[in-house]
Amino acid sequence: MTALTRPAGVSLTVDRRMVAAATFVLFGLVDILGFGMYAAHGDAVFAFSQDFAKVAVPDLSLPAATTAYVCGAISLAAGVGRALRPAGAVARRVSIGVVLFTFVLALLCWAQAGQSIPFNVVNLLQGTLAASIPLILGALAGCLCERSGVINIAIEGQLLFGAFTGAIVASFFGALWLGLVLGSVAGGLLGAMLAVFAIRYLVDQVVLGVVLNVFAAGLTGFLYDRALTPYENSLNSPSTYLPVKIPLLGDIPILGPVLFDSTIFLYITYVLLIVVQVGLFSTRWGLRVRSVGEHPMAADTVGIRVLGTRYGAVILGGLIAGIGGAYLTLGSAGNFSPNISSGMGYIALAALIFGRWTPLGALAAALLFGFTSQLGSVLATTNVPIPSDILLMAPYVATIVAVAGLVGRVRAPAADGKPYIKA
Amino acid sequence: MSDETAASGQPAASEPAAGADATATPDAPAGAAAASETAGGAAAVVAGSGQAAGQRPRLGPLLIESILEGNSVVVTTLAIIVAIFVGGLLIAFTDPAVLHVWGSFFADGPGYSIGKAWDSAASAYIAMFEGSIFNPHTVAAVFQQQSIGTAFSDGTVSQVLNPLSETAVNATPLIFAGLSVALAFRAGLFNIGAQSQFIGGALLCTWLGFGVSLPPFIHVVVCVLGAMVGGAVTGWVVGALKATTGAHEVIVTIMLNYVMADFLSWILGTSAMQRPGRSDLVSPFIAGDAHLPLLLGSHLRVNAGFLLALACAAGVWWLLSRSTIGFEFRSVGANPSAARSAGMSVTRSWMLVMLIAGALAGLASSTVIQGTDFALTFQSYGTYGIDAITVALLGRARPGGVVLAALLFGALDAGGVAMQVSTSTPLSITTVIQALVVLFVAAPPLIRGLFRLHKATARGAGQSLAKGWNG
Repeated sequence: MTALTRPAGVSLTVDRRMVAAATFVLFGLVDILGFGMYAAHGDAVFAFSQDFAKVAVPDLSLPAATTAYVCGAISLAAGVGRALRPAGAVARRVSIGVVLFTFVLALLCWAQAGQSIPFNVVNLLQGTLAASIPLILGALAGCLCERSGVINIAIEGQLLFGAFTGAIVASFFGALWLGLVLGSVAGGLLGAMLAVFAIRYLVDQVVLGVVLNVFAAGLTGFLYDRALTPYENSLNSPSTYLPVKIPLLGDIPILGPVLFDSTIFLYITYVLLIVVQVGLFSTRWGLRVRSVGEHPMAADTVGIRVLGTRYGAVILGGLIAGIGGAYLTLGSAGNFSPNISSGMGYIALAALIFGRWTPLGALAAALLFGFTSQLGSVLATTNVPIPSDILLMAPYVATIVAVAGLVGRVRAPAADGKPYIKA
Repeated sequence: MSDETAASGQPAASEPAAGADATATPDAPAGAAAASETAGGAAAVVAGSGQAAGQRPRLGPLLIESILEGNSVVVTTLAIIVAIFVGGLLIAFTDPAVLHVWGSFFADGPGYSIGKAWDSAASAYIAMFEGSIFNPHTVAAVFQQQSIGTAFSDGTVSQVLNPLSETAVNATPLIFAGLSVALAFRAGLFNIGAQSQFIGGALLCTWLGFGVSLPPFIHVVVCVLGAMVGGAVTGWVVGALKATTGAHEVIVTIMLNYVMADFLSWILGTSAMQRPGRSDLVSPFIAGDAHLPLLLGSHLRVNAGFLLALACAAGVWWLLSRSTIGFEFRSVGANPSAARSAGMSVTRSWMLVMLIAGALAGLASSTVIQGTDFALTFQSYGTYGIDAITVALLGRARPGGVVLAALLFGALDAGGVAMQVSTSTPLSITTVIQALVVLFVAAPPLIRGLFRLHKATARGAGQSLAKGWNG
């Protein structure tokens, strides 16, 4: 019922299309007035292969100021075009992509102009994927939950549980794989808690998610102080997974080192991404999950077990987020420290909303976030005249700009957050 | 006070309005329905407490019945007890001494093992109580003084009051930040950004505190106003973005938290804000004129910020329950479409409520900077942002409830510090207990099931508080 007669949205004070156009123009002006005019003389050099690569790609050298001007012109043109006539979905996405790409190119040209050491694009992209793994997995977890109609703000807590359990188990038993498996289970456990309180006890799901995050942070912090600090060597020193290079694919220039030369976590992420995307949109199970999230009463009427489906989806989501948590300790940091997830679960939540509750949309949003944060930290190590704290803001500002300027209002699954009580 | 008594009736009462986003007829504003239901709910509660004019039921049986019925006060109390019990289990069974004894559970006899576990948890909680409410040992010191006069002058009386003072000091910023989140909740917005608004307020407050010289009283007021303005601007950005572009406030507030935190650590490293001669990220001390006046003498930290917090809680109560703007806020929160049909500007309400919520979160920073810390560091914001949400939830997004919840959390924080010092139980246990309290309060069916209470009409704390993404 709610899905069919949803109230018309509240009208906004500014036309969406004009906001997007204005954002494009703003980017173009920054390209020209900021990066183009203040670029040092000389070329910006970009490298596309790492040391010891089998196939070396020649460096690319661009005239810095000119490139920035061209980038700015392209963005301005896109903005004007967007303002003048409505664009289809494909044109909208392409134009957003082009504007963002030219912006980053102009930024890099400005930062790299006249530098002797070339800017290594492959390293940047590799770091991007590494930074994105927990975000992608967290967003996938949220996607499963919310498509089935249960709001999942507890991604942060599931990451923390996964990270904590992964570290302690892998350390105690000396088996990384066991840490990975039980880390995932721990995430699933918090998912089960979310499911029971949301579905059985009908607790408001936004409230519940926040509370579970506080609970997870408190519990892991307490156990860290009580057990992991005094027994650091036996309980909190797991080794980390080493990168595994996939034969042949790993030698492809540029793409090889980025996509096929990483820890097992990246490959698990690929698999889960495909599984969730195909599972949700091309299988009977996925249709059921989505129908339960959009219109549980209708789903119930045709004989789908609403509550059972929701339990399954939420717990499965928890298992996925748990893997993302295990990555934080077993794939990246090498040990657990309190609040190691440092808000990544909330970022993953934002990526999910930003990606309009689709796995691929969430992937794009997580990658955008991972890319800007990686770009910020890479630029912070170069001699760019921007303070490193300001550069660290980049991913967050980028998300606000993207959400406010390009995405705007989003629509969640219709029954998201609404408990189902059988009449 | 009526706010408190109506609490059990209120959540259920506002439910039809919140659930009515599709079914309510567009010409009947949901707020009106909520208002009439509220009156009904309040009347029911008054009747329930045995003060109805007509027949006067006997108080005793009625009281027992209302307890067994599991109304919100009973459920909240039981939730706190269960949370403390679970916390006690955690303390006991992570204590190496206890684990050692339990290793030989049957050899030493179960009684000994259980007693050991009890001792471990009890000593931690006793330390917590002594640190937050009352420590008997301090009273003995008062009687050892020669006269009551010396007891006052050498600070032994202050020692007796110190735990309560610490509780109030810890509760003050939580009241402000909790009110900020609660107010936004009532207008249907989820303000995760109390942290960013706190930072926005703290920056302006601190700068006015050390950068400007003014006469004593005026300086205090100017700094407090500065904190309000700083927070209000940061909050308003969120409302304005939502109103103009539709950007979801959850995303924007989360992102602004990080932006403001990074901005804070940047500006504390520049000559504008860094304390001269220091290389770490800390601002100069604010002028002594800008300190909030202490309430109970120089030995105790409790300050005027606490009174200001109580006044603000009363103000928010008035705003929400008695003013036109508050009615609009609640209507927009209950059903934006109906509110718009009734001629209210939803976008204006969003901006205004975030402005006020931001000002409240900014005031939280004022009490920290002007009341206790007197300088700004890169982590002055602590965990107020998230704590504010739990406080608002535990207080059921009602001003009176927020004050009580903040006092409880303030006591847990103050006691937690004392506990860590005297029993080496990590302070982080208080976070676990706080989370469990809110979790159990939000799930009355669980508590009622545990204690075999009857089904009551009162609904959970979370019911109809925060809404989903489409709300």
